[in-house]
Amino acid sequence: MALIELLDISKSFEGETVLDEFNLKIKENEFITLLGPSGCGKTTTLRILGGFETPDTGKVLFQGQDITNLAPNKRQINTVFQKYALFPNMNIADNIAFGLKISGKSKEYIKDKVKYALKLVNLNGYEKRSVDSLSGGQQQRIAIARAIVNEPRVLLLDEPLGALDLKLRQEMQYELIRLKNELGITFLYVTHDQEEALTMSDKVVVMNQGYIQQMGTPEEIYNEPENAFVAAFIGDSNIIDGIMMEDRMVKICGQVFPCIDEGFGKKKPVDVVIRPEDIIIGKPGSGILDGVVTSNVFIGVHYEMCIEAGGFEWLAQNTVSYPVGTAVSIDVAPENIQIMNKPQSEDEEALALDE
Amino acid sequence: MSKKIFSGPFLLFIICGTIVPLGVITFYGITDRSGAFTLENITAITTGEHMEALLLALGLALISTVICLVIAFPLGLILKDSKLGKKGFMVFIFILPMWMNFLLRTMAWQVLLERNGIINQVLGLIGLPDLNIINTPTAVVLGMVYDYLPFMILPIYNALIKIDKNVIEAAYDLGAGYRQVLQKIIIPLSVPGIVSGVTMVFVPSLTTFAVSNMLGGGKVNLIGNIIEQEFTASSNWNLGAGLSLVMMIFIVISMAFIEKFDRNGEGNII
Repeated sequence: MALIELLDISKSFEGETVLDEFNLKIKENEFITLLGPSGCGKTTTLRILGGFETPDTGKVLFQGQDITNLAPNKRQINTVFQKYALFPNMNIADNIAFGLKISGKSKEYIKDKVKYALKLVNLNGYEKRSVDSLSGGQQQRIAIARAIVNEPRVLLLDEPLGALDLKLRQEMQYELIRLKNELGITFLYVTHDQEEALTMSDKVVVMNQGYIQQMGTPEEIYNEPENAFVAAFIGDSNIIDGIMMEDRMVKICGQVFPCIDEGFGKKKPVDVVIRPEDIIIGKPGSGILDGVVTSNVFIGVHYEMCIEAGGFEWLAQNTVSYPVGTAVSIDVAPENIQIMNKPQSEDEEALALDE
Repeated sequence: MSKKIFSGPFLLFIICGTIVPLGVITFYGITDRSGAFTLENITAITTGEHMEALLLALGLALISTVICLVIAFPLGLILKDSKLGKKGFMVFIFILPMWMNFLLRTMAWQVLLERNGIINQVLGLIGLPDLNIINTPTAVVLGMVYDYLPFMILPIYNALIKIDKNVIEAAYDLGAGYRQVLQKIIIPLSVPGIVSGVTMVFVPSLTTFAVSNMLGGGKVNLIGNIIEQEFTASSNWNLGAGLSLVMMIFIVISMAFIEKFDRNGEGNII
C-alpha cells in the first residue's frame, strides 16, 4: 500500500487553478521529486501534504486514512522550508529540540537526539550558537536537523537548496541522499532544478500548470521524455518535427533516420527528441545530413556547437572541437532517437506549453 | 570635515533642545529662591503629600499600561491575521484618534462622564443607575487608556507583522498547538514591540497632569499635578524643578530595567 495518496486534488487561488484533479502515490522510503517551473503547482502540493493548505476538492490519504483536514501539528510529516524558517529567538539546540519538547520527551533523550542530529548534518558542537551566526548552508542543515530529529514518516523539502551556491548545493545533495539512506524516511522534494531532481530522486514527477507531465525514474525521464515539455525542461535537447514513415523509420529534415520506435502508424507527424550529446559529428557525406558548424562554445567538459543542417539548427555536444565554418555531417544512433506523439488537441497542447 | 558640517543643525538642536533646558532645570532644582545651593527640592519627594502623589501616579500608570497591553496584544493578533479588507485600513481606524488633539479627546470624556453628561442621560433613559466615575481615579485611568492605547497598538502590531509566516508555520509543523506557538514563538518575537509600547504608555501616564486635571477634577492628585502646581499656582520653580529631576531619574531607572528585560528576556520571558 502506498504511504501517501493524493486523490483528485484540485486547488485554485483567486480563480486561478493551480492543481487540477491531481493524483499521486508515494511509497514508503521513496525519494520522490516534484519538478517543474515556478507556478506549476509543486509547492501547493507540498503545502497540502503538510497541512498548510486545504484542497478545494479531493483527498489526502496517509496509510489509507483521510488526513485532508488534519491540522499540520497532528501529522507525522515534517517540512524543511525554503527560507529555513529557524526560530530567531532560540539557539541552535533549542531550535532542534523544539518538536521534541512539544511532544514531551525527557531532557536526556532530547540532549542525545540534538547531539545526534547535529552530527548527522556535520555541525557538531553548534548547540549554543545563535541562528544569526550561521551561514545560509549551515542554517539549512539545522532546518533539516530540526525536522528529522522528530523521526517523521515523511520529510517534505521545499526547494531547500535554492539559496545556496553551486558547490554547497552539490554537497548538500549528497548529504540528503546519505540521510535518506541512513534514516529510512520518505522524502518528498520540490525543486525547479532538473539536475537536482535527476541526482537525488528514486522517482521524478515532472509537473506543468497543475498537471503531471511524466512520472518515472531519472533515467526514464531523461532518456524517454513523453512529450516536448518534458524533453525541453530536462536537459538540453533538439526537438524537431518529424514524420513517422513506418515502424522504425522517421523522416526528419527530408532525410529518413532509422529508429527503434514502433506503433505510431504510417505517415504520422511526430515530435522527435535528440539529445545534443547523441549527435555524432563526422566528415561531410559520412552521416545522414550534411551541414556547417555555425557556433562553438567551450563549456568545460565538452564543446557545445550549433550545426546548420537540413534547415534546422542542431545543438550538438562533443569533446572534439569543430571550428565555426567547418563542413560536417551528422548522424544519430537509432536508439538515441526518441519519438513522441504530437499533442492531439489544443487542451493537451496547453499542458505541454513551452516555458 | 565637510561631512561634519551636516551634523551641525542636529548638534544645535541637541544643545538648545536638550542640554540647555536640562541644565536650567538642574540649576533650579538644586538651588533655592535666593540662588543658594540646596538639596531640599530633591528630598521634598519624601514628604507625605508628594510620596502619596507619586505612588498614586505609579499605580494608575501601571494599571493603564496593563489594560492597554491586554487590549492591544490580542487586537494586534487579530489585525495581523485579519482577512477583512485591507489590513492597513483597520490599523488606520485604530490609530485615527491619535491625530486629534489630545486635550480635545480628554475633554470629550469629561463631557461624556459628567454627572449630567451624555452617558448618564442615556443610562437614565433606559432606567439604569448613574455611572459616577468622574473625578475618581477610575475616570483618570479610562482617560489614560483611551489617550495612550494607539501608542501601544502601533509598536505591537508592527512587531507582530514582522514575524516571518514561515517561522510560525514551522512551529505548527513541528507539532505545536496555537497556545504553544503563541508562548514560544509569537510573544517572544514581539517583545521589542511590547517594550516600546509599554514605554510609550507608561511614561506619559506617569507624568501626566492634563488627564488627571480634566477627569480627576482636582481630586486626583498625581505627581504631575503637583509639579505643575509648583510651576503655576505656587510659582515655586525650584521645588517643581527638583521634583521633575526626581521623576526623570525615576523614569530613567525604570526604562533601564525594561530594556534589560528586553535584551535578556528574548525567548525566555515565559
